[in-house]
Amino acid sequence: MMKHEAMSRHRKVTWALNGLGTMIFWLIGVLAMLFIVWLLVTILAKGLPKLSFEFLYSLPEELDEGGGIGPVLFNSFYILILSLLLSIPIGIGAGIYLAEYAPKNRFTQLIRICVEGLASVPSIIFGLFGMALFVYYFQIGLTILGGAVSLALLNLPVLTRVTEESIRAIPAGLRESAYALGATKFQVIRTIVIPAAFSGIVTGISLAAGRAYGESAVILLTAGTSHSGRMWDFNLFSPGETLAVHLWYIQSEAIVPDAREIADKSAAVLVFVVLLINLLLRIPVWLNERKFKL
Amino acid sequence: MTSIKETHLIQERPPVTRHSRRSTWLKINDRLFKYTTWISASLLMITLAAIILFIAKTGFLVFGDVSVVDFFFSAEWAPDEEKYGSAIFIFGTLALTLLTLLIATPISVGIAVFMAEIAPERLKRALNSLLNLLVGIPSIVYGYLGLTVLLPFLRKVTGQPLADGLLASAIVLAIMVLPTITTISSDAISFVPREYREAAYGLGATRLQTIIYIILPAARNGIISAIILGMARALGETMAVVMVIGNVAQWPNGLFTPTAVLTSNIVMQILNVQYDSTWNYALYMMAFILLIISLFLIILIRLMRPKGV
Repeated sequence: MMKHEAMSRHRKVTWALNGLGTMIFWLIGVLAMLFIVWLLVTILAKGLPKLSFEFLYSLPEELDEGGGIGPVLFNSFYILILSLLLSIPIGIGAGIYLAEYAPKNRFTQLIRICVEGLASVPSIIFGLFGMALFVYYFQIGLTILGGAVSLALLNLPVLTRVTEESIRAIPAGLRESAYALGATKFQVIRTIVIPAAFSGIVTGISLAAGRAYGESAVILLTAGTSHSGRMWDFNLFSPGETLAVHLWYIQSEAIVPDAREIADKSAAVLVFVVLLINLLLRIPVWLNERKFKL
Repeated sequence: MTSIKETHLIQERPPVTRHSRRSTWLKINDRLFKYTTWISASLLMITLAAIILFIAKTGFLVFGDVSVVDFFFSAEWAPDEEKYGSAIFIFGTLALTLLTLLIATPISVGIAVFMAEIAPERLKRALNSLLNLLVGIPSIVYGYLGLTVLLPFLRKVTGQPLADGLLASAIVLAIMVLPTITTISSDAISFVPREYREAAYGLGATRLQTIIYIILPAARNGIISAIILGMARALGETMAVVMVIGNVAQWPNGLFTPTAVLTSNIVMQILNVQYDSTWNYALYMMAFILLIISLFLIILIRLMRPKGV
C-alpha cells in the first residue's frame, strides 16, 4: 500500500513538473515573439512618423537643423549594388563548383574550410583589410570603390554557402533525366540546376544584400565618414559614407542640434529598407515556386 | 595493316556538319564553365589567405617596438607614451563573450525547444520569420537602440549614473546572437530521430523528461556548434558594442564600469592613426588575435561534426 502511494505521489510530481515545464517553454516562446515585435515597432515608430520625402533626398547639414540624408542614402544603394555585382557571379560560381564539380579530396576540404572561415571572419577585419589594400597599398583613399570591393568580399561566403546548399537540395532524378537526354554538364546546370535552385539562391542574395546594406564597420574603414556633398555622384573615387555609417557619425560626432531626430529617422529608414529588401527579393521566389509546382 | 586501317578511318570520318560543330562548341563551353567555377572557388581561398597575410604582416610589426610580453600582459594602453599593452582589451573581449553566452544560451535553447517540440506548426513558422527579421536588423541599429533605450532603462533600474559597460554590451550582443543559436539548435533538435521520442514516451516518460533526458543530450553536438557560432559572432561584433561599452581603457571592476574590447578599441582609433606607426601596428595585431580566435572556433565546429557530413 505504502509503496503504491509513494509511486502515485511521484507520478503526480512528475506530471506537475511536466505541466510547469510546458508552461515555461510557452512563456519563453511567446515572450520572445512579443519582444521581437516590440523591437521592430520601437525602431520604426520612433522614426517613420517624422519622416518626410524631403529628408530622404536633401543634403545633410553640418551645423544647422533640418539636414537630410540624400547622398548617404544614394551611396548605400550604390555601394550595395556594386558589391552585389562583384560578389554574385563569384559567389554563385564557387557554390556551383562545390556542389557540382568538387571531387572528394583534400583540396576541396581546404576550400570548404576557407568558405566557413571567411564566413566567420569579423566584419571589422574585412574593413581593416580593405583599408590596408585600398588606402595604403593602392593609395586611393577612402572611396566608394574600396567600400564596394570590401563589402563584396564580406558577401562572398554567404552567397557561396547558400548556392551550394540550394543546389544540393535538388532531387537527383531531375538532373539524371537531363543527362539521359544527352545534355552536357553545363547544359544541365544552366537549364535544370540553376532554375530549380533559383528560389534558394535568391533568398541567399536577399540575406546577403540585407546584411550588406546595414553593414557599417567595413564601410567606415574603407569608404569613410564623408560624402561628396551632392546627389547622384556616380564617381567610384568619391568618399562613400552610407546611411549606416551616417547613423554612427550623427550619434558620435555630429554637432547639429537635431542629431537625435536625424538618428531616429535614419535608423527607421535603415530597418525599413532591410525589411523591404527581404520582401522584394522574395517575389521572384514565389513566382518561381508556383512555376515548379505545376 | 596500319596504313589500311588509317585510310579506312579517314574515309569513315563524317563530314563536318552543323551538328558536330555544335557538339564541339558545347564541349568547350562545358570545360570553360567548369574552370570558371573552379576559379571562383579558388578566389575565396585567395581572399582568406590575403586577409590573414595582410593583417598578420602589419600586425607583427608591432613587436619591433613592443615586447611580446608587454603587448599581451601589460594593461597599460597609452599610445601617447608609447605604451601598448592590450591585456584589458583581450580580457574585455573574453569576459564580454562569456557574459553574452551566459545570457543568450538558456533563452535561445529554450526558444529552440519550444519551436521544435512544443509550438504548433503555424506559431513555429511565425517565430521563425520573426527570428529572421531579427537577423536582418543592422548592428549599428542595435547599438543605437542600446544607447537610446537600454542604457536609460538600466540607469533607472540600477541607479548607475552612466550604466555603460559589460552588462549593457552583453545584453545587446545576446539579442544579436539569439537568432543564430536558436535556429541552429532548433534544427539540431528536429534532427533527433522520431524513434527516440517514441521509445521515451513508451516507457511512460513525460514530455519534459523526454526533452531533458533524451532530446537535448541527443542534439548536444548541434547545440554546442550553435553556441560556438554565436560566440564567433559575439567576438567580432563591433558597431553595436562600441556604442554601449564606454570606450575607456580600464579594467572592468564591475558590470557597469566603462571599459573597452578589442573590436571597439580598433574602430575608435584606427581612423586617427598614421599607417606606419606602432599604434597602427598594435591595432592590426589586435585584429589578428580576433581573426585567429574566430578561425579556431570554425575548425572546432568542423572537428565536432560527424565524419562524412
